[in-house]
Amino acid sequence: MFDYSPAPESRDLVKFQASYGHFIGGKFTKPANSYSTINPATEEVLAEISHGTANDVDAAVKSARQAYEKTWSKLDGATRGKYLYRIARIIQERSRELAVAETLNNGKPIKETRDVDIPMVASWFFYYAGWADKLDYAGLGANPMAHGVAAQIVPWNFPLMMLAWKIAPALAAGNTVVLKPAETTPLTALLFAEICQQAELPDGVVNIVTGFGDTGAAMVGHSDVNKVAFTGSTDVGRIIAKQIAGTEKKATLELGGKAANIVFEDAALDQAVEGIVNGIFFNQGHVCCAGSRLLVQESVQDVVIKKLKARMETIRLGDPMDKNTDIGAINSKEQLTKIDQLVKQGVKEGGESWAPACAMPKNGFWYAPTIITGVAPTNTVVREEIFGPVLSVMTFRTPAEAVSKANNSQYGLSAGVWSEKGSRILKLADQLNAGVVWANTFNQFDPASPFGGFKESGYGREGGRHGLLSYLKGSN
Amino acid sequence: MPTIDPEAVVGSRITNQSLSRWLHSLPGVDKVGLETRSASLATRSIKTTSKAWALDMAIQMMDLTTLEGSDTKERVRSLCLKAITPDQTDSTTPQPAAICVYGDMVKNAKEALGKNKIYVAAVATAFPSGRASLPVKIADTKDAVKAGADEIDMVIDRGAFLSGNYLEVYKQILAVKAACERKDGTRAHLKVILETGELETYDNIRRASYLAMLAGPDFIKTSTGKVSVNATLPITLLMLQAVKDWFDQTKIQIGVKPAGGIRTAKDAIKYLVVVKETAGEKWLTPKYFRFGASSLLNDVLMQRQKLTTGNYSGRDYVSVD
Repeated sequence: MFDYSPAPESRDLVKFQASYGHFIGGKFTKPANSYSTINPATEEVLAEISHGTANDVDAAVKSARQAYEKTWSKLDGATRGKYLYRIARIIQERSRELAVAETLNNGKPIKETRDVDIPMVASWFFYYAGWADKLDYAGLGANPMAHGVAAQIVPWNFPLMMLAWKIAPALAAGNTVVLKPAETTPLTALLFAEICQQAELPDGVVNIVTGFGDTGAAMVGHSDVNKVAFTGSTDVGRIIAKQIAGTEKKATLELGGKAANIVFEDAALDQAVEGIVNGIFFNQGHVCCAGSRLLVQESVQDVVIKKLKARMETIRLGDPMDKNTDIGAINSKEQLTKIDQLVKQGVKEGGESWAPACAMPKNGFWYAPTIITGVAPTNTVVREEIFGPVLSVMTFRTPAEAVSKANNSQYGLSAGVWSEKGSRILKLADQLNAGVVWANTFNQFDPASPFGGFKESGYGREGGRHGLLSYLKGSN
Repeated sequence: MPTIDPEAVVGSRITNQSLSRWLHSLPGVDKVGLETRSASLATRSIKTTSKAWALDMAIQMMDLTTLEGSDTKERVRSLCLKAITPDQTDSTTPQPAAICVYGDMVKNAKEALGKNKIYVAAVATAFPSGRASLPVKIADTKDAVKAGADEIDMVIDRGAFLSGNYLEVYKQILAVKAACERKDGTRAHLKVILETGELETYDNIRRASYLAMLAGPDFIKTSTGKVSVNATLPITLLMLQAVKDWFDQTKIQIGVKPAGGIRTAKDAIKYLVVVKETAGEKWLTPKYFRFGASSLLNDVLMQRQKLTTGNYSGRDYVSVD
């Protein structure tokens, strides 16, 4: 038997402080009002984190406003770009440390933080650094202007990557920011605060306030905030939209999804199976654009399901710090409960759930990769975002049926099409109501490519020139 | 050994037309997806006891090869002695599976190997180009079998394959397989070299794999080692997927042999990972997976010494062959 011996990445690559305050005006505040942040794979406490109050938020917004008025808006684009390049390089230099920190606090495998998350974070800063002195070409005419202070709230599934998606374009466009990481995954944002210090970014340009939903609400509701950017659940997105309605605050909301991954009979089936696996089991399925609804043409249903199950047997679930782990821990107990309830509901409604046999670690939060067959568009597991490693499988007979089933969702973030026929792919890309349509691949991201959704998946785009526009307005 | 009915597999009488229809009905291969998968498997981290296991398995799967115009009796004998005692400093070192030589060296190799359980594989059928008439190819094969070859590594007619003459390729493999039979009713094992570097596309490689498997060889093999692109990890993954699917369909297990360009222990371990995670543990045996290699053995031996002693030796601490 060829068993892989444990191959753990070194825990010692990162040193957390025992407790953290907020990062306001270039300095860390004294820790107060603390709660513990844990490693979801072991439930070990990693650090004590401050739960931000309205006063903390006010101090952070004031500091951001001051930095905007006095320094950041006065700098020329090339100089802002210089700071962003510097941050990007420091991220690359500290990439192993950041990867370990992210894995410890989030539970995702080190393979993913090392090969996807952290390289993407650096590339996002590099990309927007290049834009900083070229804003005249963003599409708003000469001398476009920043909004001012941006309040940014990011989720726990890609903590540092989502921070990069928010902060890089905001700073390139000339805004200053107050950012709140998710309550369960604040540590890489706090390490990023150290990176801002290391890069000698002017004080107050980036402020990090940690905390829970009430902290975020205080940010969104603050009267001196000009722009709100949120990535997270549709429920919270709705609250934010209500909260800022009637104000002059601009908003981009990147919310939930329930992507259809459509496999035609003429697809390269082995690679389609890889794409299905990558689409739903990448990052434990904690991906807003996850391909959580598999639509497979009836004529190849049996072979695809058979190959998919065989492939799922090889997925390695376990210690996220092990370099050979494919599926790590679920980020929190709440999320695990939610996944479990939804799957039980799916089975209750007549779905058949299947998961490969895999040993679960004793501590921490785990969910085996699961597929649910025998479900239809009326079923809860087909309609609701599970945000976990759970794939609902349906079939279709014709391209038109595939499109109608795929579009039959309250969401419209992403979709995948698998076919060797180029013309069919182009036609479907046109017909699918999704912000991103991947052809013969899934979950591909690039800083130059805009990302965002239709319908309840939110509004606004992140990435590329479009992402930059969210942080700019035409000159007066 | 179970056999298949080729007509049942193809779904009609075997003609060039039916073969063509069958091969072109196989699912396509997406280049980007296949290469992404193989690159991702190549990041597996194999350490300590699993590494020791993999290194020993790699040696046992090796077809230690010399295929040069300049080969001499002495050169072949020296290689055979190396196979018998790969590492004179460590008697626990396993022996490779086979010695792979040109047909005229089979006798010398057999003599040098004596009673050791190391096979002699001979390349045949106008290796490496395969550009000869069928009778010549058959004679070439029979000659090697008569000299005592345990295994025959034949090449397919790539010209026929690329011009769509699948029936010709198929018939030639059948004929060579028949030529592998010995008087006592046993048969030399047959490995069919697709020369994937010349087939160029992954779709072609999948079709050639199926066409070869239909003729019932023991192994399908990537390359001769004589063209610019030889074994690669994605090509091997694709062929392993093919033998796995074939087994699921027919219950007949066929081996895979990547050859050419695999030079380091690190590379060999990547291949073993791909075997494990594509075809499965059933293929992790010299019976169903081989490496065609010449310089790989010494690198594996050095890595093996490092694992047992904790120190890296140098090239002069393993014997040249």
